[in-house]
Amino acid sequence: MSFKTPANLQYLSSHEWILIDGDTATVGITDYAQDALGDVVYVDLPEVGTTFAAGAEFGVAESVKASSELYLPAAGEVIAVNGDVSQQTDLVNTDPYGKGWLVRIKLSGDKAPLLDAAAYTALVDSIKH
Amino acid sequence: MSEELLRTVLHGEHLRLNARMVEFGGWDMPVQYTGIIDEHRAVRERAGLFDVSHMGEFWVEGPDALAFLQHVTTADVSQLAIGHAGYALFCRPDGGVVDDLFIYRLGEQRYLLVVNASNIAKDWQWIQPFASNFAVTLGDASPVTALMALQGPGAEAVLASLIGDVAVTLLFHGVAETTLLGQSVIIARTGYTGEDGFEIFCANDHAVTIWQALLAAGATPCGLGARDSLRFEPCLALYGHELADDINPYEARLGWAVKLSKGEFVGSAALNDLKSNYTRRLVAFEVTGKGIARGGYAVQDTTCNPIGVVTTGMPSPTFGKPLGIALIARAEASEGNQIDIIVRDKPVRAVVVKYPFYQSRYKK
Repeated sequence: MSFKTPANLQYLSSHEWILIDGDTATVGITDYAQDALGDVVYVDLPEVGTTFAAGAEFGVAESVKASSELYLPAAGEVIAVNGDVSQQTDLVNTDPYGKGWLVRIKLSGDKAPLLDAAAYTALVDSIKH
Repeated sequence: MSEELLRTVLHGEHLRLNARMVEFGGWDMPVQYTGIIDEHRAVRERAGLFDVSHMGEFWVEGPDALAFLQHVTTADVSQLAIGHAGYALFCRPDGGVVDDLFIYRLGEQRYLLVVNASNIAKDWQWIQPFASNFAVTLGDASPVTALMALQGPGAEAVLASLIGDVAVTLLFHGVAETTLLGQSVIIARTGYTGEDGFEIFCANDHAVTIWQALLAAGATPCGLGARDSLRFEPCLALYGHELADDINPYEARLGWAVKLSKGEFVGSAALNDLKSNYTRRLVAFEVTGKGIARGGYAVQDTTCNPIGVVTTGMPSPTFGKPLGIALIARAEASEGNQIDIIVRDKPVRAVVVKYPFYQSRYKK
């Protein structure tokens, strides 16, 4: 099985993606992450206005089998939370880079070490061997 | 350290079905094919098929087979008629549980024991010293035996389409030696899902044919993920979670499987004392706060005193809410009692509810 890793995104080694657009960014979990987790049944996301350091835990996604902490690829303040995902958690599985996005942040500067699509694809391939 | 994982004879079938494979007790096993929730529903509503060939099978045969099993297990095996099966425990002299098992009586002096995959070597070593006092022959058939579990309200119809009346007439916990697709098999009306269903034992060589035929007859392939969520809802114990060497049967609510009236056996003296004198108990709980309880999480009373540990917890596919089983102080174990589960360092409120969550729907 091969996983989608869109070239316009950057990635954390803990399987979150970030789409940076000026001084704001959208964050979600990768196709590989949603597949590894299985059917997502709960997503715990922060309140709008919460601020986080780069790499900080900002929420949790839960499937029947496992919990997965969610880490923020860049420092910032949460300016929007995807309410659709709380109501319809399978969006994370069916459209992880689109309707399954998790939070939007206003960037405050710091970034965690980010991978480009090629480096992240190589990481996923090395996990799958 | 990268020791080669063991593979069941159906391993290639799992790969062909694009199963997600995981390590379980030293085995490379399917955790899911399409998804745990789909597979869970297939078993509650229709019929699911599991490869459980990793489980252990021991034969106990000889003139003292019954006397030996009376000595090493907690069950009253004298009550088990030929063609019937029953649940039992191996207990230590201190009453701790070595393993839980099913005993299938197939002849006057011939029994098949099915033990947990992760305990095969431990159980085999455990029973050897006792055997020397009995006229009994023990055989470990685990490496040459495949085992499939066909479970769900539709299991009878699926099996009947291949084997006819045998599937219909077999009683709850009944077991028969018969032929399926021209091959010798043992079929039992047993399982681990809280639904009606069958377990089918065969020689490794015949497993792929039977597996494919059962799928073609309408069963949905199901992995260990659904097996765990399905056994969790009716609170069927899983060794290493609800059972362990340092958990006794009364704590695990399995006192019904300990027949002290049958006479002395390994552990009986300690169990007789523990029966009215145990301090912890398994409880079922529902999380009422925000969070999901998972196995291993600590449990506190509402004033932050440690009272126990979660043994299994997950969002229940059938009930659509986070549920759990915990081993906690008996004083805190009554229904309606409020407890706190420590989820990522924060207390999350839960309430003790009726045990089990799901009433098993066996065909009796």
